[in-house]
Amino acid sequence: MCLAIPGQVLEYVDEDNRLARVDVAGVHRTINVALLDADGVSVAVGDWVLIHVGFALSKVDEAEAEATLSLLRSMGADFEQELAELRASVIE
Amino acid sequence: MRFVDEFRDAELGRRLAIEIRAAADPDRHVKLMEVCGGHTHSIYKYGLDDLLPSNVELVHGPGCPVCVIPMGRVDDAIAMAHEPGVIFTCFGDMMRVPGSDGTLMDAKAEGADIRMVYSPLDALRIAKAEPDRQVVFFAIGFETTAPSTALTLKRAKAEGVANFSCFCNHVTIVPPLRALLDSPDLRLDGFVGPGHVSTVVGARPLEFIAADYGKPVVVSGFEPTDILQSVLMLLTQLRDGRCEVENQYRRVVPYDGNLRALEVMAEVFALRPHFEWRGLGFISHSGLRLGDAYADFDAELRYAVPGLRVADPKACQCGEVLKGVIKPWECKVFGTACTPERPIGTCMVSSEGACAAYYNYGRFAREKQLV
Ligand code: SF4
Repeated sequence: MCLAIPGQVLEYVDEDNRLARVDVAGVHRTINVALLDADGVSVAVGDWVLIHVGFALSKVDEAEAEATLSLLRSMGADFEQELAELRASVIE
Repeated sequence: MRFVDEFRDAELGRRLAIEIRAAADPDRHVKLMEVCGGHTHSIYKYGLDDLLPSNVELVHGPGCPVCVIPMGRVDDAIAMAHEPGVIFTCFGDMMRVPGSDGTLMDAKAEGADIRMVYSPLDALRIAKAEPDRQVVFFAIGFETTAPSTALTLKRAKAEGVANFSCFCNHVTIVPPLRALLDSPDLRLDGFVGPGHVSTVVGARPLEFIAADYGKPVVVSGFEPTDILQSVLMLLTQLRDGRCEVENQYRRVVPYDGNLRALEVMAEVFALRPHFEWRGLGFISHSGLRLGDAYADFDAELRYAVPGLRVADPKACQCGEVLKGVIKPWECKVFGTACTPERPIGTCMVSSEGACAAYYNYGRFAREKQLV
């Protein structure tokens, strides 16, 4: 549960509850992006974010997202496990 | 050397290793603590310690949230899970943490309705889907995770989800670091600061380490070259006689943290007077409970649990591992009675735990190689 995985924002699915759909290594899931709402700026479609337990924790650029993903991929089973848990997640 | 073979930035890594050797004072044994379990994992995955000179030692800190949960709290969780009508939800790693009489996984096998969730929002969704049941979420983690629980509770309150509650075990990063720095059996020279916790709290709360204890801190990213660069920055500070908080992970960590996350935490949680940490004992103001405005959602108020302090098993040396006093393989049961499949202590459970990291990367025992 400790990992923060990068994902790319695809669309907002519930603006009021700050829920957006993201693509994480090919897995599409809904996450909450409220922690990145600040002073009228929030996450936009196409942005890359680091996701932890279903919440976007910080915005990153694409290069950082790529680098983090390749680091996670190198972890093998632990990353697979995290992705499996993400796949089982249904946030509404 | 695995690092050189496997890491994409091997060339940069090699250069950093040379600079590290040049910056390290050959006459001084330097102990640097990496606070975060994610760093521990990268260090062993890539054999980064092999790239350091023999007088620069990395010791592992208390930054794995699963590892620091004491046995008594696991017992309380199991008691809640056995309450009639309860659906008990937790992160996958917590299922395997031993209590004094088995794990949550064992309780599930005995018939308790325990479900693994990826996010606290998954637990809330289950509560809404099953209004006739009580859903308890086992909240653990440092400030990285606490804002997510806080936002979930805010939503539960706004929507009036009365059958949802939270067993709060969130902890804060500064008090255990202060406790380690005050501990007489440990002499540390600097800290590789935690990456993800710092995205929430920022680097600023770590300033006390430099100001009050005169030790340098470098907040670090997780890639091998990030960690090597942070070690170099620490050694350079030591060489120059400086002690400052530097931010190597500036591309992700804002110096002041995530203000929105800090706000929701302050709104939902209150500090406990003290909280027990596995192996470290009670630490003042180190744990969070639900604030009074959220008392209705507090599982500890809803259920009578044993609430006992349970001593760690005699064989277990997790406390010394969490304090960086011993290396995992120095624990008598490491790799024999205690393995990731059948852990005795918590450090063997999560992949971020120091014992699991050592075990998984074949570090059963080793002498420091001279490079
Ligand atoms: S080997 Fe097991 S019991 Fe020993 S310190 Fe590690 S986790 Fe704890």
